[in-house]
Amino acid sequence: MSSGGPTPAGAPQVKSLNCPSCGATLTLRSFSHAVTIVCDSCHSILDAQDPRLKILQTFQAATDEDPPLIPLGTRGSIRGTAYEAVGFQRRTIHVDGVPYSWHEYILFNPFQGFRYLTEYNGHWNDVSILRSLPICSPGASTLNYLGETYRLFQTATAGTSFVLGEFPWQVRVGETVEVCDYVSPPRVISSEKTGTEVTWSMGEYVAGRDIWKAFKLQGDPPAPIGVYENQPSPLSENVKLVWSLVAVFVILLVAMLLFIYSTARDEQVFEQSYEFNTNIKREASFVTDPFELKGHTSDVELTTRARVDNNWIYLNYTLINQDNGHAYDFGREVSYYHGYDEDGSWSEGGTQDTVTVPSVPPGNYYLRVEPESDYYRGAIYYTITLKRDVPQLSFFGLGALALLFPAGLVTWRSLNFEHLRWAESDYGGSPDDGSFLSTIENAVDSVKSMSGDDDE
Amino acid sequence: MTQSTANCPNCGAKIAFRWSASVQTVCEYCKSILVRTDVDLKKVGQVADLPPNSSPIQLGTEGVYGPHSFVAIGRIIYEYDQGNWNEWHLMMNDGTSGWLSDAQGDYAVTFNASGRKLPDQCKIGQQYTWDKEAYTVSTITKAHYRGVEGELPFQYCDKTDVVFVDLMSYTGKFATIDYSDDDPVLYLGAAVAFESLKLKNLRSFEGWS
Repeated sequence: MSSGGPTPAGAPQVKSLNCPSCGATLTLRSFSHAVTIVCDSCHSILDAQDPRLKILQTFQAATDEDPPLIPLGTRGSIRGTAYEAVGFQRRTIHVDGVPYSWHEYILFNPFQGFRYLTEYNGHWNDVSILRSLPICSPGASTLNYLGETYRLFQTATAGTSFVLGEFPWQVRVGETVEVCDYVSPPRVISSEKTGTEVTWSMGEYVAGRDIWKAFKLQGDPPAPIGVYENQPSPLSENVKLVWSLVAVFVILLVAMLLFIYSTARDEQVFEQSYEFNTNIKREASFVTDPFELKGHTSDVELTTRARVDNNWIYLNYTLINQDNGHAYDFGREVSYYHGYDEDGSWSEGGTQDTVTVPSVPPGNYYLRVEPESDYYRGAIYYTITLKRDVPQLSFFGLGALALLFPAGLVTWRSLNFEHLRWAESDYGGSPDDGSFLSTIENAVDSVKSMSGDDDE
Repeated sequence: MTQSTANCPNCGAKIAFRWSASVQTVCEYCKSILVRTDVDLKKVGQVADLPPNSSPIQLGTEGVYGPHSFVAIGRIIYEYDQGNWNEWHLMMNDGTSGWLSDAQGDYAVTFNASGRKLPDQCKIGQQYTWDKEAYTVSTITKAHYRGVEGELPFQYCDKTDVVFVDLMSYTGKFATIDYSDDDPVLYLGAAVAFESLKLKNLRSFEGWS
């Protein structure tokens, strides 16, 4: 070393080593960053910093007990950077005595360092260590990271239950850490506490098929089971969008309504009173005087007022275009009954009926009227009023309903998704983060609890 | 101070200083640790073989931090129970010096920030405010010197065990207190993303481009 010129900083190479316990070949992929390396054959955890690969721990595991979905040594592109899968561990938590396990992949790039992928029931997260501390007061159920609020989802003791490959830390099977997850889909911030030291990381939800594409894996990714803690709701973005669209359309509707109200003619074109003598049994049909319907094609509103009293009248109407004979047929009934019984007074029906005939072109028209009723009930006096171009509120009501229905459906489905998410949380219940959705959800919950009280 | 070029008192090789304020350098040939005196270079120690290190940075690596460009002109290697890490001594283009720490691909740039009040000792979770920024103690690392290379702004003292206290802020700022001397030294800076440093003249890794 003392002669022969400066030592060049040679290109580090992937090293092949032999397990001191069983002699199996080991590949060291993360160069001297590896702190521990696991022998796949005899399940020894070795000191990768020690040239003699001192055995640190041996753990029990079946051969191929937990084969990684991304085989170690596979490279994939994450956010435009190539990473190689170099380590794999299974971590397990126990909830009410039931073990739940997830897998973590340690990814390495010689320039960018380490990054992690986690997988639970087909749900994947791309995880990296945080460079800033989240703002988190002790005991609080939320934290704030760079202005965004994350909600505590679960706290658990996670134990390492299986390891493979190499690790940039002192990994041991059986070692436990306190894990807290705070979610703000599609992100999750996790804290891992060992002793007094806390490591913060951020995961972002990734679809399995994107992992498969990034690492060019064969076959299909396992289908995700259930709703994961930070899985983005396929609908929550839509909820806001759909309601803003509803708002826009309602404004448009109201504008149209105002326009039509201000421009509609709303003009009375005909009014005439008649007497129908039910005592005379004969053909009672007649035609009215002609009247003109002006302006553009629009509706005609026909109102029948009849002086019925515990009686009815049925009128067969035909609105006939004098110029071309085009006819609109419709029948209307006016009936009014009232009386007095043990429950008090009652009444049914009324003395007035209104009907709208839509899209009637302009022209000269007359009405053919044929009244009917029970015989021998005396004279029934009635008045027919025709109005041209009357604004129709009900169409706008229907329009608004047509808008609200899909919006309501999307909102309901989205709430359902959030319920499924938070049903898995230790801190379940409706999120109250002041967001649009949580406001609706809380309103729904309070309505539910009110109706629940009624049942009891 | 010695001229910017001199000869190694041990092997006679030519020694060139890249930074006028460097106090110490290591002879590339014989690995003697040399300290600049008023008249000449004095050998104060010898570097043993450096441990295998996989930093992508090397002496001569250039980069950018904020408005300044820099070049790595020296380093200290520390070893701890999770492997080793480098503190690269940077010569900034404004004539000051800074440090780029590189621990398993986590990068931070810091600058000496003496003159601020420092605690005699720290506990994890404790909070301190310097320059109106709140820092929380995140890790306390017991390490030891493993070797030096290139130019440093102080004399390498043959300490073995050192304690570093790392602090994080809510905004990506980073601080380190070096407790290796009786008087602790504060370094303030920021955690940085690898790409943001726009590093040039990096090492290459077989199979990686």
